Amino acid sequence: MQTDGDMRKKAEAALRKSASYGEDFDLEDYGIATSDVQYTEDLKELSEEDQRTLLNVGFTPAEENRSGSLIMIDNAITHTSLREKDVVELMSLKDAMKVHDWLKDYAWKLVKPDSDKYTAMSYLQDANGYFIRAPAGKKSKMPIQTCLLIGSKQVSQTVHNIVIVEEGAELDVITGCSARHGIEEGLHLGISEMYVKKGATLNFTMVHNWARQIGVRPRTVVRVEESGTYISNYITLKPVKSVQSYPTVILEGKGAFARLNTIAVAHPGSELDLGSKVIFEAEDSSAEMISRTITTGGVSIARGEMIGNANGAKGHLECHGLVLGEGTQRAIPILEANVEDIELSHEAAVGRIAREQIEYLMARSLSEEDAIGMIVRGFLDVGIEGIPEELKADIDETIEKIGENAI
Amino acid sequence: MLEINNLTVEVGGRKVLKDVDLEVETGHTNVLFGPNGAGKSVLLMTLMGFSGYNVVEGEIIFKGEDITSLSVSQRAQMGMGIMTQRPPNLSGVKLHDLLEVIAKDLRDTEELAGSMDMARFFERDLNVGFSGGEIKRSELLQLSAQDPDLLLLDEPESGVDLASIELLGTTINKLLTKDCKCPGERFKYGKSALVITHTGQILDYMGTDRAYILCNGTVMCSGNPREMLNAIKEQGYEECIKCKLMEI
Repeated sequence: MQTDGDMRKKAEAALRKSASYGEDFDLEDYGIATSDVQYTEDLKELSEEDQRTLLNVGFTPAEENRSGSLIMIDNAITHTSLREKDVVELMSLKDAMKVHDWLKDYAWKLVKPDSDKYTAMSYLQDANGYFIRAPAGKKSKMPIQTCLLIGSKQVSQTVHNIVIVEEGAELDVITGCSARHGIEEGLHLGISEMYVKKGATLNFTMVHNWARQIGVRPRTVVRVEESGTYISNYITLKPVKSVQSYPTVILEGKGAFARLNTIAVAHPGSELDLGSKVIFEAEDSSAEMISRTITTGGVSIARGEMIGNANGAKGHLECHGLVLGEGTQRAIPILEANVEDIELSHEAAVGRIAREQIEYLMARSLSEEDAIGMIVRGFLDVGIEGIPEELKADIDETIEKIGENAI
Repeated sequence: MLEINNLTVEVGGRKVLKDVDLEVETGHTNVLFGPNGAGKSVLLMTLMGFSGYNVVEGEIIFKGEDITSLSVSQRAQMGMGIMTQRPPNLSGVKLHDLLEVIAKDLRDTEELAGSMDMARFFERDLNVGFSGGEIKRSELLQLSAQDPDLLLLDEPESGVDLASIELLGTTINKLLTKDCKCPGERFKYGKSALVITHTGQILDYMGTDRAYILCNGTVMCSGNPREMLNAIKEQGYEECIKCKLMEI
């Protein structure tokens, strides 16, 4: 049997192991983020600037229409509150490990500590994060909101989250990741392990809003059991140095379903290497993957991968990339069938907005700017529900700027 | 309202229109006849200012102003509107969102949509998966919302069943004549239009004033729309070409 000691050794060895994709960050360039940040009981006491930062990643400090909230700044959990205690559990992962002895069977089981230097670092630092669990058959009416914030300059934040949706339960989670106003440099390493059990549904929305010199390396694996549903929405529309992620969903039970939506904008100086992988391990499992990315001068790489290992599996992958002005769009769809009875398909397209589309709207009396704005808004609309008004307004503002700059 | 003088247009380096002269007076509805490939659609697209239609000679005067070098938006904002044959798909752009932006009176537009059975398309992506008839109705609804002073209509009845032609025809007529009760009022207060039609069916629903025949990119002749339609039905366009050759 493998002991913690063995794993530690492997992780230590992996500290020099570069990731397969994306810029290779030197971990020694960053200080370890502090675990000592003042706890905030009442979110209204947060500075206006902090509140604005939270709002722009879909976290409402007023906690309206939320069943619970958790904030992590640097490596410290600085706020936890829960309204719907009967239907959902929310606490820091470290507290949860103390409360639930069985949780060790879920930690570091989907994501391997020695995958690369970022997972190794998070493991060796015994990273804290959030633990969310919906007990069997329970359905919370409102989403849980969490925010992971880099609060200090030039540090690496390590996060480890575990989400468990027990049999027949339903859970909505909104996670916003950002940096405090004025923090321009840093590294965010985030491990997420999610378990969607039989007949359960997890609706997971993640909003990123970083700064120009921040590197982001999320490592996410999701396991979906029989008839379970996992829906992921990932939104990143603001400048960042580099995001490289490749969340993997394993459809392990018959009839399991996953939908992964990605909407992203690569600004000048940004590199977004955003992949998604679905592995069909069970009969009649199905998945849809939609990636809509825009570059206004940065590099956008959309990797979509579907691996079919079970009969009756169905998957469709759609990668559309717009080039507005300058920049690079690379779409890399991969489909693999390892059994006969399988249907996997993809459509990928990269390029500029068709002139014909812009002029069609101009002929309806819209200015060129407004026409591009409307097309871009439509392009990014993949039907994500439950986005708070403040975030919607911020998204609209970003799109408007993209429209202005595209001419 | 519209005056086209000596217009020569190239598409993809090829001259498609040559020395076209044409006029649409205020409140008048003029018709453009011509065989396939004559350049009728090219003329409407050029008038609207779409890219790829290069004016190499001549001028387009709209409301007394030379608009030959104005952008599509500027022309639309001056009161020009078009119903094209094959509008592009706009994924994610909902019909209602566009109507909200362009409608002079949104409530009127919504009412009209109801009467055209188009309200159920409000939340649909523009033109995506629309049938031929649905595209025509959607185009007309947008044009009504915009309420331009000059309507450029490219075969509004093509590919549409008989019942729908009636709906389209009466809607266009209402848009053109507003509340005018007679041609005299229409010339004073009505809208202007330039309509392309192959079959002439749409003309049963609207008053028309003059027809132009366009062959090989050149205006062959103009006259009374009904008479011309009957002549074309009997003799085809061959006679027009011969007749023009005789003139030369």
